[in-house]
Amino acid sequence: MPEGRAPSDNDAKAMKMITAIIRPWKLDDLQMAVARLGVQGITVTEVTGYGRQRGHSEHYKGSEYQVEFVPKLRVEIVLDAASAEAVVEAISNVCRTGKTGDGKIFLAPVGEAVRIRTRESGAAAA
Amino acid sequence: MHQDKKRTKGSSLMRGLGAALLMMLPALVFAQDAPPPPNKGDVSWLMTSTVLVILMTIPGLALFYGGMVRSKNVLSLLMQVMIVFCVGVLLFAIYGYSVAFSEGSNQFFGGFTKLFLKGMTGDSLTGTFSKATNIPELGFFCFQSTFAAITPALIVGAFAERIKFSALLVFILIWLTFAYYPIAHMVWFWSGPDAFTTAEAGAAANVNAGFLFNKGALDFAGGTVVHINAGIAGLVGCMLIGKRIGYGQTALPPHNVPYVMIGSALLWVGWFGFNVGSNLEANGFATLVFTNTLLATAAATLAWMFGEWVIKGSPTMLGAASGAVAGLVAITPACGWVGPMGSIAIGVLAALICLWAVSGLKRMLGYDDSLDVFGVHCVGGIVGALLTGVFNSPALGGTDVYDYVANAFPNPADYSIATHVVSQAWGVGVTLLWSGIVSLVAFKLIDLTIGLRVTEEQEREGLDTVSHGERAYNG
Repeated sequence: MPEGRAPSDNDAKAMKMITAIIRPWKLDDLQMAVARLGVQGITVTEVTGYGRQRGHSEHYKGSEYQVEFVPKLRVEIVLDAASAEAVVEAISNVCRTGKTGDGKIFLAPVGEAVRIRTRESGAAAA
Repeated sequence: MHQDKKRTKGSSLMRGLGAALLMMLPALVFAQDAPPPPNKGDVSWLMTSTVLVILMTIPGLALFYGGMVRSKNVLSLLMQVMIVFCVGVLLFAIYGYSVAFSEGSNQFFGGFTKLFLKGMTGDSLTGTFSKATNIPELGFFCFQSTFAAITPALIVGAFAERIKFSALLVFILIWLTFAYYPIAHMVWFWSGPDAFTTAEAGAAANVNAGFLFNKGALDFAGGTVVHINAGIAGLVGCMLIGKRIGYGQTALPPHNVPYVMIGSALLWVGWFGFNVGSNLEANGFATLVFTNTLLATAAATLAWMFGEWVIKGSPTMLGAASGAVAGLVAITPACGWVGPMGSIAIGVLAALICLWAVSGLKRMLGYDDSLDVFGVHCVGGIVGALLTGVFNSPALGGTDVYDYVANAFPNPADYSIATHVVSQAWGVGVTLLWSGIVSLVAFKLIDLTIGLRVTEEQEREGLDTVSHGERAYNG
């Protein structure tokens, strides 16, 4: 990238990271949908958290607990900025059930990406 | 105490007549005969039962408890159970057996004649519940040693996740010596059936029999000696040591409920050794004890499950496992005294009362008995002990108490439930007081010297790394 110029949405070489917090059982649907759009890399982590979907109560013998946190998956995809919108749309559609707890998608710009095996960098490495 | 017609090995008409004649002769003549050798079936069952009780502790109880705590503390429970078991059997060999099962100068403590198992060889014999029937004394020693080992291991659950390992070891030494051995002696030490040639002879031979035995308290396999005993020690301990950090505010759920289930299943299976082995013979009566152990537990599991389903909204695995143990605890004193339907009643009642004890009672009194040692073992033991007096009644399907002088069962019409429940209450009351006081003194002493509890920082990090320098789950 030219020195002194930050990447923008218009720059074809700019990259974005899509972070999607989804229901765990939606992973397979998500993976198939983004694969169809040409996404070749994806990272998945098991997380726990809550948004408006608060937890539920569990009981263990005499004790009852209000469990606030709900298990989710965090899916990260780094790709060229131009393709990001379509992928976000696909993820949204496939992960939506209409009930609270469907999750969220965040986008963030990515400054650099490097493929370890070949030392490529930039959007080609994403 | 047995309704079955006993058949000795190779029984023939001649042998049967001979045995009957021998039993009718006065004690003086009988004493001159050589003691009959043990029946190989009895010996096999005794040893098998012992193995089953070992299995109950390691890994049964270890997993049952280990699964219930958070993962950072699982090793501490596994260690505590396994190490306490080892201490238990060794101490029993050194002086425990002597104090519990030899004659002393009083009804509370035995003597030192069998210190270090002195004089005991493979040929040494001890009695059973049938006249002229012996088992190898070393077999009886081993069987009883596993009881003396699992009982202290039960206590550790009450103050799980915060006790100092060294403090626990010291406590166990004191508690075994001053609580377990005398209580075992009080409940179980007697002359054996052969002494009851006449009522006077029986009474004379039992002048120094256990205090609670002489009160008529019935405890077939250890409801008082093991469960009430351990349970009250646990309650005293958890109250003195205080609640876990975060108790009541943070969720402290079990880290591995499958372990708890596996542990409870091993406990149930092993308990057949615990209860049926206490019969000391492999005869028809043993199958009644087996039946009671099977039915009471199944009934208790279902009762707890349904109770939980109705009150809490869902039937949990943890609840089912706890219900099973509650049933086992309650049937322990009763298994050789009640009938199958009585055992079902005991199982159901114990499960429901213990379910309340681990929820309502616990909340009411505000103590953190982490793994419900008091709620299940003490309360379950009390329910079982008292109901033994009720369901031992022949009118309720019970066996009644065999008269070794008349060599027959008493007239069923003479059974007084009230009298028997009072005898049972003696057992319950004395055990609660004795064990409670010994525990209080022991815990206090240890707290003043080496300290009972780990520091707050250590408790937050977890006992596995802090006390044992180990991590349970590595990659």
